[in-house]
Amino acid sequence: MRLEVRAHPPRWLVVASPVAAILLAMALAAIPLALAGADVLAAYRQMAVASLGSPFALTETLTRATPLILTGLAAAVAFRARLWNIGAEGQLYLGAVVAVALGSGALSLAPPVLIPLALAASALAGALFMLGPTWLKLRLGVDEVVTTLLLNFVALLFVGMMLEGPMKDPMSLGWPQSAPMVDAATLPRLIGRTRLHAGFLVALSAAALIWLYMERTVWGFETRTVGSNARAAGFAGMPVARVFLRTGLISGALAGLAGAGEVMGLKGYLTQDLSPGFGYSGIVVAMLAQLDPLGVVLAAIFVAGVFVGADSMSRTVGVPSYIADLVVALSLLAMLLAGLVTRYRLRR
Amino acid sequence: MTEAFDILLQASFWAATLRIATPLIYGTLGELICERAGVLNLGIEGIMTLGAMVGWLAVYEGAPLWAGVALAASVGMLAGLVHGLLTVPLGLSQHVTGIGITLLSTSVASYTYRVLLPNVSTPPRIEPFPPLAEGWLASIPVIGPVLAQQTALTLAALALVPGLAWLLYRTPLGLAIRAVGENPAAVEAQGIDVYALRIGAVVFGSALMAVGGAFLTLSAFNAFFFGMVNGRGWICIALVVFASWRPGKALLGAILFGAFDAFQVRLQQVVGGAVPYQLFLMLPYLLSILALVLVSRRAAYPLALMRPYLKGQR
Repeated sequence: MRLEVRAHPPRWLVVASPVAAILLAMALAAIPLALAGADVLAAYRQMAVASLGSPFALTETLTRATPLILTGLAAAVAFRARLWNIGAEGQLYLGAVVAVALGSGALSLAPPVLIPLALAASALAGALFMLGPTWLKLRLGVDEVVTTLLLNFVALLFVGMMLEGPMKDPMSLGWPQSAPMVDAATLPRLIGRTRLHAGFLVALSAAALIWLYMERTVWGFETRTVGSNARAAGFAGMPVARVFLRTGLISGALAGLAGAGEVMGLKGYLTQDLSPGFGYSGIVVAMLAQLDPLGVVLAAIFVAGVFVGADSMSRTVGVPSYIADLVVALSLLAMLLAGLVTRYRLRR
Repeated sequence: MTEAFDILLQASFWAATLRIATPLIYGTLGELICERAGVLNLGIEGIMTLGAMVGWLAVYEGAPLWAGVALAASVGMLAGLVHGLLTVPLGLSQHVTGIGITLLSTSVASYTYRVLLPNVSTPPRIEPFPPLAEGWLASIPVIGPVLAQQTALTLAALALVPGLAWLLYRTPLGLAIRAVGENPAAVEAQGIDVYALRIGAVVFGSALMAVGGAFLTLSAFNAFFFGMVNGRGWICIALVVFASWRPGKALLGAILFGAFDAFQVRLQQVVGGAVPYQLFLMLPYLLSILALVLVSRRAAYPLALMRPYLKGQR
């Protein structure tokens, strides 16, 4: 018996593997749940009800999924080219800073002008923040994993500096937060009294556009080729450096948009805890989706559901909501294992 | 200018330097061993967090300090074992697995802490390692007063550097570790199990990372906070490249880094409120990137770093 690389994994296996990974992760997370003295089945039932069990719960989950779709896409695009952008968290914050700079009173424009302008500027900010690491990788061979990770901390300190300095809301009582966004820069609510906002539609369109880009354009083809073998892509005459640069900019822009969506659609102002690690969870989302842009939407909804469900479950069952981070981290590792099953088969 | 120079002459400055450098020494040496064997370990940030929490928890629950260190090391080994099993025999992406280990270890740490202490808002303190103060060490001229302010864990870190250098460059095991990161096929041709060697190196390296984390709670801050590792793990990864994968240079890098960090803290006090303090806090991260840029031209990565070795394949 030996392992053999599958040329084309069957369709059902590609769909089944993330499901299997998620089930494995939840089975493993049952151990710490039980150790904390919780009734595991009741806890999971509570999580499912609180995240998907009612129309309102569903809108909460989709609201939480909005930034995760964008950071998930940011990771998926970059990882396809084997550009390891782990800096979505920092790029998200930079996007949020720029959205607040333009949308909290500096410009008095009508919403149809101001909203696209603020979104575009945040995307640009995220892209530019990714430009440095990509450039260092291409020119000097500096590993982008370390630089993007380190820049996350720089970005967060920059946000702190802005919130205690030029962006501080004079009306806030000492707490570092920005002035609120003006109405003209606020993304409209989609459904009545829920928190679901137009940022969700932005995220969905981004997923569709990235799918088109990846699967239906030459640039996407180049990205995928560079990702599977950069040397071969170079020999085939592809502009490898330009592909990396383009991929890095797109990835950063998507993460920047995620930050803009949060301040313009949900929070209404910027604080230092805008993101509970959306940039890092985006990596899990991308892996669960097997780097497929449309799969990212489903994976983001799952991860969002875990977080929303765990928040409610921790209140009723009395287990720390950190169980959500545990399930998500375990899903990532389980997904890596599931990927082996799709890539190899056993041959007698 | 003279003020800046005066800082460099204070024993307290150099004592702070060593204190800041200690977790970085452990982390950098741990990562160095992993990478020398050909495995990038991005689990470092989470393993340090887990080590910090476990070491603190053990002592908080009444265990002796050294038992806390040992427990932290064992939990680090466990996390390293998972990373090793996933990346070595299974050959999974070292980048993504490492990030997964960091996310997992960090969430295990936060979850465990919150399960055991659901309602505390101020982190409970423990009695940390005492400074060495007395003894013959303090009587050494020049460096004596600096060492006297350190704890046993810092001294152990300093002793670890020559120990590890000896292991890597003077023993058959060290030769095998270095070789397996350059040319695993050649190592297997010698009848050495590549998988066992690589997993062993990752497990040992991860134990060191966890001890580096435990230093934070058992010697530096006396309590566990969320996010207390604060990017130190990532800085260690930069330091390994800066040190060209050599233990001696790793020590030098960690001390340079510590000196810079201690210096900026003192400079903050001198400059006062004229410059936002966040700018100073950014410096360590920017300095790490600068260090990577400086050595980028001559960085000689271990040849087989991040290349999974699959037995029976060429």
